[in-house]
Amino acid sequence: MTDQLETAPHPERLQRVVIEPLTRVEGHGKVTLLLDDDNHIKQARLHIVEFRGFEKFIQGRPYWELPVLVQRLCGICPVSHHLVAAKATDMLIGASQLTPAAEKIRRLMHYGQTLQSHALHFFHLCSPDLLFGFDDVVRHRNIVGVIEDHPEIAKQGVLLRKYGQEVIRVTAGKRIHGTGAIPGGVNKSISTDERNYLRKDIDQIIAWSQGSVELIKRIFSEQFDYHMAFASIDSNMISMTGSDGAFEIYHGDLRARDPNGQTIFDHADYTAYDQYLREGVKSWSYMKFPFIHSLGSENGWYRVGPLARVNNCDYFTTPLAEQERIAFRDAGQGRPVQATLAYHWARLIELLHCAEAIKALLFDDDLLSDDLLVKGDMQARGIGVLEAPRGTLFHDYEINEDGLVEKANLIVSTTNNNQAMNESIRQVANHYLDGKQLTEPLLNQIEVAIRAYDPCLSCATHALGKMPLEVQLVNSEGELVDQLQKRANGNIEPSATCENSG
Amino acid sequence: MTDERRTRPILIFAYGNPSRGDDALGPAMYELIDAQQQKAGLLNDVELLTDFQLQIEHATDLQHRQRVVFIDASLTASPPYEFHPVLPAQDLSYTTHAMSPAAILSVYQQIYRQPPPSTYMLSIRGYTFELGEPLSSRAGSNLQTAFEFVMRGQVLTPA
Repeated sequence: MTDQLETAPHPERLQRVVIEPLTRVEGHGKVTLLLDDDNHIKQARLHIVEFRGFEKFIQGRPYWELPVLVQRLCGICPVSHHLVAAKATDMLIGASQLTPAAEKIRRLMHYGQTLQSHALHFFHLCSPDLLFGFDDVVRHRNIVGVIEDHPEIAKQGVLLRKYGQEVIRVTAGKRIHGTGAIPGGVNKSISTDERNYLRKDIDQIIAWSQGSVELIKRIFSEQFDYHMAFASIDSNMISMTGSDGAFEIYHGDLRARDPNGQTIFDHADYTAYDQYLREGVKSWSYMKFPFIHSLGSENGWYRVGPLARVNNCDYFTTPLAEQERIAFRDAGQGRPVQATLAYHWARLIELLHCAEAIKALLFDDDLLSDDLLVKGDMQARGIGVLEAPRGTLFHDYEINEDGLVEKANLIVSTTNNNQAMNESIRQVANHYLDGKQLTEPLLNQIEVAIRAYDPCLSCATHALGKMPLEVQLVNSEGELVDQLQKRANGNIEPSATCENSG
Repeated sequence: MTDERRTRPILIFAYGNPSRGDDALGPAMYELIDAQQQKAGLLNDVELLTDFQLQIEHATDLQHRQRVVFIDASLTASPPYEFHPVLPAQDLSYTTHAMSPAAILSVYQQIYRQPPPSTYMLSIRGYTFELGEPLSSRAGSNLQTAFEFVMRGQVLTPA
């Protein structure tokens, strides 16, 4: 697990392949592949330019506004930011233990958003890759292709997503810009009518979720070795777990394991995250490069998200998901499952767990209670951590005596996976790119590897259609050697004229 | 998860991020129309929705409508705004976390096996989209002109 991205000999002599932006990955990402003189990949760099200004956006704001304000950081997972900010502000006001109603309503919201996010990713963004193969033509290998060939699967994806959004609406009070979670609890309970409304469809949602796990297992088993090997890298993994090791996405401790499954740290209090993690920077990226402090920057990078969570936990508290976890674990043959495409499998186990957990909460009368808020002694620093759909999310605020944020530090899920995504890209590129010829299948392979992480590269602005996929091969002298473009209409243009072809 | 009895015949879906400069044009239009709707007797046939961006589940919001109007900021529209019909199309927005109105219509058509409602796009010209920026003055002016266009009524007349 050496940091070959940065240690290639004579990087100034490497050629570059640039890919931008990534389709089916949100935002304006760009991939640079640096080739050596023998045209092998020595460096891979995923550039993400949108993660700028998050902390600045928060600084100077009153803490009580944060749960609402931070939703605007990201149009993909606003609820994650909403809830993690609420947790951090709980700490600011000294609310160390929420009421049962408040915690359960927040959990319900979180399960709802995780369900809808995972449903979108599988049914809309990645199932075309898995159902049709990576070499299928682009115009078929998208959701329309899925709808045409598997109409029920596509419809289930839409309705699963819709159900998750309804859970959010009921718990947060609105479809978006919800105010449900506030410092110290929540601002509304669930009415009997709302609970009955959500109960009505939950058995169907569970059944569809089960079906999705069966589908991914079938897809994996059809080409098991290939799926396990594609973009596979050995990495450390970090996730939240319950105090007894149970799967946990809302509140718990941090656990880190090495590629062999050995414990690096466990039962770590997340409010002391800065004792366990450090954040590196590199000159070529706006994104930070977090690493496990005890292992150092070279060996301490890690993965978060569904793959880490399902590997790291000891068990699921819901029976159907636990059954699937055991099948998943067995695929690792004694080691954590390291296959990057296994993110999809793990994601759907989580989808199933969320559906089961939603049902359990919908039969818990605490949801109807009006005992919603607690408060304690104000503190100057508040730290919130939870497992967002894409991985562990950290918000850390320091406020002044007026309650205004003086300092903020955010580590978003995609940032945690920063180095791992580069490693997966490099692994794929080393297998499929050898030479100076850029091909559509090669681009597809790289995108498939990145998409497995479901990175969120956007922040909810939407200048759609402006940026086709563009690939450039540039040598160490800065000369364009080859170029490939994917237009907004899906057409792939042949290589541009290159004055310096060799 | 859709209640036909409560569905109003016209849907206005204004979208964007209120904290990203001129991306707030959609939500700002939502606020303006919502204020009008609060006045008795105005826009009773209209349901207003907003979100950060369009996604597949929004196809379900189109059910049982006679007319749909999407409202969004645009970096390419001729100022102050453009208004044009939208037809189902399979564009590349299928492949991102954010979809185009045409792609939403296409999903609607595929999952419900029927033509989508009559749909229009109101694209209001925006200029800057950075996190934390307010609406630019030029975009604000375009918003006002576009709002007057909406309130003249043709936009909201069911086909």
